[in-house]
Amino acid sequence: MNAGEVKHPGLNLGSTDTDTHEQAEGDVFGFWVFLMSDAVIFALLFAVYGTMLAATAGGPTPADAYKLGPTFAETLTLLTSSLTFGMASIAVKYEASGSVLFGWLAITLALGLAFLGLELHDFATMIGEGAYPARSGFLSSFFALVPLHGLHVLAGCLWLVVMIVQLSTFGLDARVKINLLRLGLFWHFLDIVWIAIFSIVYLQGLIR
Amino acid sequence: MMDGIWPAVLGRFTWSALPFVRAWQNPTINEIIGAGAAMMVIVGAASVIALITIKGRWRYLWREWLTSLDHKKIGIMYVVLAFVMLSRALVEAVLMRMQQAAAVNAPGFVEPDHFAQLFSTHGSIMIFFMAMPFLTGIINYVMPLQIGARDVSFPLLNSISLWLTGGAAGLIMVSLVIGRFSTGGWSGYPPYTELAFSPDVGPDYWIWAVTLGSIASTLSGLNFAVTIYKERCPGMTFMRMPLFVWTALCTSILMIFAMPPLTVATALLALDRYVGFHFFTNDLGGNMMNYANLFWLFGHPEVYILILPAFGVYSEVVSTFSSKELYGYTSLVWATMTIAVLSFTVWVHHFFTMGQSANLNAVFGIATMTIGVPTGVKIYDWIWTMFRGEVRFTVPMLYSLAFMMTFVLGGFTGILLAFPPLDYLVHNTLFLIAHFHNMLIPGLLYGMLAATHYWFPKAFGFRLNEKWGRIAFGCWVVGFYLAFMPLYVLGAGGAARRSQAFFEPAFRPWLYVAGVGALILASGLASLFVQLWVSMRDRDANRVFVGDPWDGRGLEWSTSAPPPEYNYANLPVVAGRDPFFDGKRKGDPYGAPEDYHDIDMPRNSMVGPVSGTVGAMLGFGLVWHIWWLSILCLVTLIGTVIARSFVRDVQRVIPAADIARIEQRWHDAIAQARAIPRERETMTVNEGLAEVTV
Repeated sequence: MNAGEVKHPGLNLGSTDTDTHEQAEGDVFGFWVFLMSDAVIFALLFAVYGTMLAATAGGPTPADAYKLGPTFAETLTLLTSSLTFGMASIAVKYEASGSVLFGWLAITLALGLAFLGLELHDFATMIGEGAYPARSGFLSSFFALVPLHGLHVLAGCLWLVVMIVQLSTFGLDARVKINLLRLGLFWHFLDIVWIAIFSIVYLQGLIR
Repeated sequence: MMDGIWPAVLGRFTWSALPFVRAWQNPTINEIIGAGAAMMVIVGAASVIALITIKGRWRYLWREWLTSLDHKKIGIMYVVLAFVMLSRALVEAVLMRMQQAAAVNAPGFVEPDHFAQLFSTHGSIMIFFMAMPFLTGIINYVMPLQIGARDVSFPLLNSISLWLTGGAAGLIMVSLVIGRFSTGGWSGYPPYTELAFSPDVGPDYWIWAVTLGSIASTLSGLNFAVTIYKERCPGMTFMRMPLFVWTALCTSILMIFAMPPLTVATALLALDRYVGFHFFTNDLGGNMMNYANLFWLFGHPEVYILILPAFGVYSEVVSTFSSKELYGYTSLVWATMTIAVLSFTVWVHHFFTMGQSANLNAVFGIATMTIGVPTGVKIYDWIWTMFRGEVRFTVPMLYSLAFMMTFVLGGFTGILLAFPPLDYLVHNTLFLIAHFHNMLIPGLLYGMLAATHYWFPKAFGFRLNEKWGRIAFGCWVVGFYLAFMPLYVLGAGGAARRSQAFFEPAFRPWLYVAGVGALILASGLASLFVQLWVSMRDRDANRVFVGDPWDGRGLEWSTSAPPPEYNYANLPVVAGRDPFFDGKRKGDPYGAPEDYHDIDMPRNSMVGPVSGTVGAMLGFGLVWHIWWLSILCLVTLIGTVIARSFVRDVQRVIPAADIARIEQRWHDAIAQARAIPRERETMTVNEGLAEVTV
């Protein structure tokens, strides 16, 4: 099919390797659509959280439960991991030597795991201080929204491991590249969601 | 010792979860009906398995169907699933009508709890496991052919969607045999479905079946939307797409955005039930209204997910069987998109009575009535398409006509319900039941039946029996009016929905009429099966291998029937809205290309069957608190996806020589076939070559 005859919405990646690019176009566009669907889930959980802010049932309030320091550290860790993933994408683009790409992916993975560690520690502290999910509707909505993001990060980490193994198995073949492209979208998407969580959940909870 | 082991192995299963045991211990009619239904599931499944084994068809089935990634086969399997589930849910409907007819100042034969399970499974199945698979199947079959594509964008994902849907439907079937189903209706409203009021396994069956189904539908929507955006053949611009493709696109977009709210609603309910969260409980800050909003944020667009594809089918059918270009194509496209957008603005009309302010109700009431405008545009367009056309009253056309009449009536009652003050009067009565059946039976079922009759010859290479088609049509239409018009009267008279018994003797005659209507509807289904059997028996006389039995207009009619696996030897190039029709009028639409090329097709994959089966087992483990099974299944699911990502050899080449042979056979058949005029299209002379008249 002649790529010039139909102009598609979404990514048009050019025509240096038409077949591969066309394949990538559909795959990447499909992943964008998936992310939109996933974003709806987060949006709804934000909405539910908003409606349940006051439903503390005599238990801990946002101001009691949240701590700015650890969440700020989590934010920095996750944002940095997006930067390192960006470096990995650049390494893919310029076909840097394998070890550079490995290196950036490994650093991203390490930062992702560090984020999860910090977050789990944060949750443990909250629960230890009596802010556990079954305590109130407010805490239920917190523990549905924020750990779901964490679960996504966990999935992203697993995906990173798979990609590192695939890189060593197949090298940078077309499918590995497409998957890295999609994983990149996923990883940056999680960053955006986290920024919303940090602003709407933590900052709003602590500032008011 | 055993006390510790069994709960770890079997979770909360006990022998009394089996309906046979209950019927043995307490042989009432109610328990015997339950045991009988369970027996039918077991006998049905066992005889299918036995039949396949005796015929030695397992290998064939596995290779050609179950692991296939061909969109056409996946589409057909979806439709088969829809018919199986339609049969069960229709039997339940008949049982409910019989019970109500028998239970005026009398207990009847179905106990209240059992009756509650009946209306819960009837609704859940009809929406999630009849309607959704039906339209997904039809879109799967038709849409890629109509846009001149080889396949959908993600064939493997397509298979996974099918199997997750199938697994979810299986979970509902299992609930007949092991344990019980929810009594909370198809919408599963908490706090009734919370642990405090429904500690049993019923709501858990509902939660996991619906969750699996909604994830599958989200993935289908994604797949279809990307296919329509990315896989259209050269020249197929948006405003040249067949109207069915437009409705498929809008339905897909609705699926992408409207299924996630359902997933969120069921997931939060599961968190409440499994780990003691407080989203929708009565205590500790829970708020049921969040559920109502989440559920109907899905539930209302869902109505249009169901109805839009039927609108697409009617557009195709009316145009073809009137031998006329579709009137007002552009307005139909705009109406479709308008409906899709408006569908997200009206969800509160599902709970006008639940305590929000009058102003809010008014806004949503007005938004609801607005939907009548684009729908009216569509009805007028179809009428104008028929006007001065050469209308042929074939079975799909009959369904289309019955739809136009019946759907308009249902629309009027919808406008009534859209007035909040009137809604207060008839909400939760049978009036509401009458209204939404009045929309969904013509707006989904007739559409899908029209679609099966219209595209069946394309899919299987022979036409369906016309006489039995008409008998079935008569039953569906007469049965509908008899079964549901009395419910308007009953509802206006105050008969509450979901009632197992009534105390008002004046209801009796109307309930009898509705009962007769239900039986006629069941005969409609039976007639469809007879039709299928008769048609298969006479298939050799009714073959339409050439592929164009109805003088069709879109690309899908320009292939053989059934189409080859690769759909088009060379992808078509389109220059207008009715490309095949124009081709027939202007020249030689079947002209063989000069050369053929190798075509890459996806290899079969067992990832689909594995994920569906394991997904259903995961749900089962969660329902019964069999934690080891749940964990095992979850790990298997993730492992399957990871393992698949390492498979590189996923394409299979169909050599050009094979394609040339397949195409040559078809071109020979075209050369030998006799072109027949429209007045003889339902006769055996129809070999699928339409006579061209200008």
